[in-house]
Amino acid sequence: MTYGSLDASYTRRTLTRSARMLASLKVDGPLLVGLALIAVFGLIVMYSASGRDIGAVLKSATRIGIGAIVMLAFARVKPGFLRRAAPVLYLAGIALLVVVDVVGYIGKGAQRWLDLGFMRFQPSEIMKIAVPMMCAWYLHERPLPPSPAHLLVSAALIFVPVALTVAQPDLGTGMLIAIAGVLVILLAGLQLRIILALAGIAAVGAWFGWSFLHDYQQKRVLMFLDPQTDPLGAGYHIIQSQIAIGSGGIFGKGWMNGSQAQLEFLPERSTDFIFAVIGEEFGLVGAALLLLLYTFVVGRAMYLAMQTQETFARLLAGSIAITFFVYVFINAGMVSGLLPVVGVPLPLVSYGGTSMVTVLAGFGILMSLYSHRKLIRS
Amino acid sequence: MAANVRIKDHWQEQRMFGRRCLVAGGIVAALSILLLGRLVTLQVVRHDYYTDLSQGNRVRIEPLPAPRGLILDRNGTVVAENRPAYQLELVREEVPDLPGTLHRLVDIGLLSADDLDDTQKLVKSHRSFDSVPIRLRLDDEEIATFAVHRFEFPGVDIRTRLARSYPFGELAVHALGYVGAISEQDLGRIDRAAYSGTTLIGKLGVESAFEKELHGQNGSREILVNAQGRSVQRQGAFVPNLRTVTPVAGEDLILALDLGVQKVAEDALGARRGAVVAIDPDNGDVLAFVSRPGFDPNTFGRGITRTEYRALLDNIDRPLFNRALRGTYPSGSTIKPAIALAGLVYDVVQPADHRFCAGVYRLPGSSRMFREGRSGRHGSVDLVDAIARSCDVYFYDLANRLGVDRIAEFLAPLGFGHVTGIDIEGEKPGLLPSREWKRKAFARPQDQVWFPGETVNFGIGQGYFLVTPLQLAHYTSILANRGTSYKPRLVNAIRDAVTGAVTRIAPVKGASVAATPAQWQTVVEGMEGALRGRGTAAATAGRNMTYTIAGKTGTAQVFSVGQNEKYVEKDVAERLRDHSWFIAFAPAEKPRIAVAVLVENGGFGSTGAAPIARKVMDAWLVKGGA
Repeated sequence: MTYGSLDASYTRRTLTRSARMLASLKVDGPLLVGLALIAVFGLIVMYSASGRDIGAVLKSATRIGIGAIVMLAFARVKPGFLRRAAPVLYLAGIALLVVVDVVGYIGKGAQRWLDLGFMRFQPSEIMKIAVPMMCAWYLHERPLPPSPAHLLVSAALIFVPVALTVAQPDLGTGMLIAIAGVLVILLAGLQLRIILALAGIAAVGAWFGWSFLHDYQQKRVLMFLDPQTDPLGAGYHIIQSQIAIGSGGIFGKGWMNGSQAQLEFLPERSTDFIFAVIGEEFGLVGAALLLLLYTFVVGRAMYLAMQTQETFARLLAGSIAITFFVYVFINAGMVSGLLPVVGVPLPLVSYGGTSMVTVLAGFGILMSLYSHRKLIRS
Repeated sequence: MAANVRIKDHWQEQRMFGRRCLVAGGIVAALSILLLGRLVTLQVVRHDYYTDLSQGNRVRIEPLPAPRGLILDRNGTVVAENRPAYQLELVREEVPDLPGTLHRLVDIGLLSADDLDDTQKLVKSHRSFDSVPIRLRLDDEEIATFAVHRFEFPGVDIRTRLARSYPFGELAVHALGYVGAISEQDLGRIDRAAYSGTTLIGKLGVESAFEKELHGQNGSREILVNAQGRSVQRQGAFVPNLRTVTPVAGEDLILALDLGVQKVAEDALGARRGAVVAIDPDNGDVLAFVSRPGFDPNTFGRGITRTEYRALLDNIDRPLFNRALRGTYPSGSTIKPAIALAGLVYDVVQPADHRFCAGVYRLPGSSRMFREGRSGRHGSVDLVDAIARSCDVYFYDLANRLGVDRIAEFLAPLGFGHVTGIDIEGEKPGLLPSREWKRKAFARPQDQVWFPGETVNFGIGQGYFLVTPLQLAHYTSILANRGTSYKPRLVNAIRDAVTGAVTRIAPVKGASVAATPAQWQTVVEGMEGALRGRGTAAATAGRNMTYTIAGKTGTAQVFSVGQNEKYVEKDVAERLRDHSWFIAFAPAEKPRIAVAVLVENGGFGSTGAAPIARKVMDAWLVKGGA
């Protein structure tokens, strides 16, 4: 077995010029195209969902641009550096979360972000990447599947930031952070019997934890089970978004012509519920096309993850790929009435600053992990 | 025992990772298909259901009230019209806290605390998305006040609507009626769907009786609303095609009333309580229809407060009471021409028959004395004199010879004891007594017997016999016509508001009274005599006549203070005075107007009522009535 860095002379014969440029940028072409298509579709929808506010579209495009730069930057960072930086990023994130919680406690209210003057910054967003990085870092050196002791440490690494985030209170983000971390452990080869045992414990824990949820959080879950019970209050969001999607039909009502969205019956139409606008205005065809783009991106990302060779890279890349799908599924499931309303944006489409950048940063890391891999030459 | 140390096996780990990724990929695919299935369920299977819901969300039907028909007098003067007015409206489903909102409206002075409960009831009686007027006719200051506080009142807004306006205020109010907010009772008798968007409904008089014609047909308009219920012009880039049904304006009413005559009559009555009804004998047109005191119908359209309404209800003069239509009084001597005619028709008396009046009449075999009401003794009088000078003794005797049943039988076709059939609602039939009536009306057997003395009193219009001023005017018009009667009517014609086409309402003939021309002539001569020489009204209504008048005075005894009136000492003496009547028609030979005037507690008919009747006739005949 001989290891060698990506050899230019080896690839020159088969790759086109643009592919060579992508390769030199350490960017994956198909993934980039997939993400770009989603982002463009998102901007088109944003124009309609914001009530033809070109300003909102420009802001959204700016964030995508910033995200793209961050992605390109991360793609060029060497995986070794990322791995070494993981604990630093993680600890910094924990510190910021504590600051936010303390400020929120003093300010006696929900506090999720730090005002940096020029932008509001959510430390919990960092954790969406820092937690899987930390878990992957921790398990990198250790034999897999992880031993019970290593498992406990990993669980603790996940639990602390999740607890701090839920305390903000931000149940949705806390859950996403937990999922990103747990995915690393699952990909690391957690035994099936432990998975089943933990699922049982989780069920009991969920029942127990129910009493710790805030009233409005409990209400969201209860109302999810039967939204019709409170059509003007808690159930309003779900009912209106289902009306929007359902009335869209197969081909939709047309761009900028969705009555639910345009007449403001649909709440949060440019943020969490933008998928309903797509369903209403572009119909089943548009929504399915978007889902197809998402699954393509997820599939490509997982393919890239499988190509990486180091444990750290594999676990992190896999987690990033699957977490992305989890975002999509939770958001689309929530908007179409399959899941409770938890406040998860539709990645790359929903209006909202930090998450757009985090998602693209994740893909930048994924590209870095893939493109800096050492090829095995036969 | 081997140490529990494991070494990283990269190949093993990579294979395991690959398997896990495949499993994850499978799960991703499965969840994607689940999502797709959900979309198909919503967008294909249940598409129609959700389309209906979204349509119901965005399109709301807003009523377009039809403008209410105008009311004009016979000369085309507008007496009821529609003027733009600002009003406060509330949509219940857009108001977060109804009682709180209403209380805050009271706080800023736009609602009266008295009306709070009624307003809340009114709002709740409408559909939750109806815009309900809670305060009518805001003035400029109130509009400004609301504008300042508007943000505090979601679901409450100022709207311009056409409001009913009566430019002449009190004038002819008891004929016109008024419009007011639709009450719960009104809701029972109308088609709610047809009245959606209509805020006011006719309450009395012509406004109520011709509600159907005046109301017109409301239209409707589909409007696009956003989630807040506000009307919006477009839905995103798209302007949807919305239907509008244009309202059909209500028809205009052309009254028989002559506003000039009406005004003269009201002014002549002035502050006194009473009624004047003037009828054109040729067709039953009511030229003047007065009941005093009146009230300003504009207050009802504006939204009368509880206090204002209580004041009207508690007023001892009862301004809301339509005396002309619903006030029943003894006719007094005004009935004498009819009794005289009955005597001639039944051949009980001859025109030339003289009777000596010594001021007192005794029934044969009875010691009870029936006295002459006023002027002592008339000496020897014939029938014409008896009418002209209102000799009670003559009519005591005549009534006694006719008998109550023949009197009752004869008076019925003259319009007594039943409604005249005037074209507004609420008319009282009065009371035409007879033996049969008395048998039915009283419970105790000893009360059911008709006494001869009661017949005697009947001859001069006292006793059980009760008439309304409208009935007396109707009766006078039959005398004027020498027997032919027409149903009195306030509305002469209906004009289509769109085409302007006028549909005349044909006069409706009533029962006629059969008597020979000579018999009629005798009675009319008697009535003419009342205005001449020694006649009862010669000095008052009969002065300086430029046309011939046939008339009859009457004085109705007041027995007691009405049940609904408060006992106030200083008022009693005045209110125990007799009611004053005068009926007349002119010109006597070819009558164009028949008038009945009642002045409550006005004393003798000749002084109280007769001058008013003269003014009314002058207004119609001399000052160029049509």
